[in-house]
Amino acid sequence: MSAAVPTDRGPRYRLRGVVGTAVHWTVLLAIAALFLYPFAWLLSASLKPRGEVFDNALIPATPTPENYVTVWSELPLFSWVGNSLYIAILAAVLVALSSSLVAFGFAYFRFPGRGILFGLVLATMMLPGAVTLVPQYLIWNQLGLVGTSVPLWGINLFGSAFYIFLQRQFYLGLPRDLFEAGRMDGLGPWGLFRRIALPLSIPSFVIVLLFEFQASWNNLQASLIYLNGGAASGYTVPLGIASAMTKYSPTNGGHGDYQYVMVAALLVTLPMMLLFAVGQRYFVQGIATQARKG
Amino acid sequence: MAVTAIDPTTPSSAPEKRFSAPPPSRLRRMLRRPPRDRYNRREVVAAYLFISPWILGFLIFTVGAMVFSLVISFSHYNIAAGTIRPAGGANYAALFQDPKVPLALGNTLFYAVLAVPLEILVALGLALLLNRVRAGSGLFRTIYYLPKMTPAVATASVFLLLLNGNQGAINKGLALLGVDGPQWLVDPTWVKPSLVIMTLWGVSGTMVILLAALKNVPTDLVEAAMLDGAGAVRRFFSITLPMISGALFFNVIVLTIAALQVFDQAYLLFYRDQGGTAPDASLFYAVYLFQQAFRQFDFGFASALAWLIFVIILAISVVQVKVGNRFVYYESEERA
Repeated sequence: MSAAVPTDRGPRYRLRGVVGTAVHWTVLLAIAALFLYPFAWLLSASLKPRGEVFDNALIPATPTPENYVTVWSELPLFSWVGNSLYIAILAAVLVALSSSLVAFGFAYFRFPGRGILFGLVLATMMLPGAVTLVPQYLIWNQLGLVGTSVPLWGINLFGSAFYIFLQRQFYLGLPRDLFEAGRMDGLGPWGLFRRIALPLSIPSFVIVLLFEFQASWNNLQASLIYLNGGAASGYTVPLGIASAMTKYSPTNGGHGDYQYVMVAALLVTLPMMLLFAVGQRYFVQGIATQARKG
Repeated sequence: MAVTAIDPTTPSSAPEKRFSAPPPSRLRRMLRRPPRDRYNRREVVAAYLFISPWILGFLIFTVGAMVFSLVISFSHYNIAAGTIRPAGGANYAALFQDPKVPLALGNTLFYAVLAVPLEILVALGLALLLNRVRAGSGLFRTIYYLPKMTPAVATASVFLLLLNGNQGAINKGLALLGVDGPQWLVDPTWVKPSLVIMTLWGVSGTMVILLAALKNVPTDLVEAAMLDGAGAVRRFFSITLPMISGALFFNVIVLTIAALQVFDQAYLLFYRDQGGTAPDASLFYAVYLFQQAFRQFDFGFASALAWLIFVIILAISVVQVKVGNRFVYYESEERA
């Protein structure tokens, strides 16, 4: 806000501005350090031998990069990452496609019940997951799919409220003339969606992909419910690391080789960092949209 | 959520006018017109085909699941035998006799009351700080956002050690300041503050929403106030705060719903190990529900638990909306 203050008010004001800026930057940097500290801690702990993991030194006394090699034989990390990648990609692509279809239906056509149905879409966004947790499990159980990865992506075939909302907003912003022209060229409803709406909505489509990939990659509870108790090689990343925490945590009688948990935690965080580095613009846009749905 | 402009003199935008009631004569004509005229049959069929995935999912996984859940909450469901027999109100009666239910509810509400205001304050503080810098704000935003990208398991595996009462880095840091840090994850008093610290580390999602709202505060308003001699504090409370009240309000509701369902961190820190003993103070509602359903396989009782928290969340949200609508200033009606 001070950006708009006229600066030629005399040296005293200018000095105050300089001091203010310095204080401001110091605060920003201090907070940044606070936010980054756990990452630095994680990185250095992952490079320490067993006896030094908990010593809080940011520079390992005995650097142990071998951890990054041993971890792959110590934990079935490769399977976990593979399973999580498969599920997250499938989940993201399916929900992006189905939500786009549904969103186009709501955005382009006029039909009886549109207002009420879209209201219901928005209402499901606020529905606490607790109520549907048990019955959804029983439904998948009836279908004999508990213990497989299907429940972790199957529901994405049916669209998801926030993504439908996001895609619909985007479609509503497209000029109507584009679709009129498409119709003149003989495109039917499917053609209008496939040839015009979908290609033009790539920016918001990417937002959906990124959001859902992240959500799926991090989803602990679904893995606990549907995959727990099976073979460890069938675990996802969150479930695998949770089990490794128990296995290696010295506080509740584990082996104490906690450095492997640290390596694994770092390795599964990296793809998310990469995702954010590539798609920061999309993430920020997508989050900012959330506030406007109310 | 439909909202009405508080100030009737606010000029409304053109598209919004379409939503206001048409003159009575036109209304009568609209009502008399048979519905067949208003819709193109082929268009209607196409539209329903497009939205059919959602309708199907909604009927099975939302409505169907909710009805199913209600039925189960009045039944004894035996998953091994695949039998379901009526239980009357037994599950709900058990709910009110189980001392762990008020315990879990109390813990969860306590956590929410502690976490939500702090999240809002910290996120707003960070957003205000970032809004002031011109150069480098992108870099800081990235740094502040990284915790939000970190999987909950990774966060928990690090904070499990950072929060360790004896050798954890947080207590070592406090010792440097001359403060004797508590046994964060063991002392019942400090269990919930521990979780709040982890939550605050990932507060940047809220920060980004508030930052976007701050960017939308019209600069001419701020400048006009400045010319009128309003100080920074006055400008914040008279202009900035009202202008972002919508986003703040939205965040309060969403964060409250999330806080009342807190699961990941509580589970990872205290209930990961099934044989382990966790302090009573760490029993959160979602964790207890999870245990009852997927460890005890008492689906009837778990469903009753689910409906209780559903009603509580709904009631809290309704109160928040009622109270919020009194304070929130909506600049333009951007209807979804």
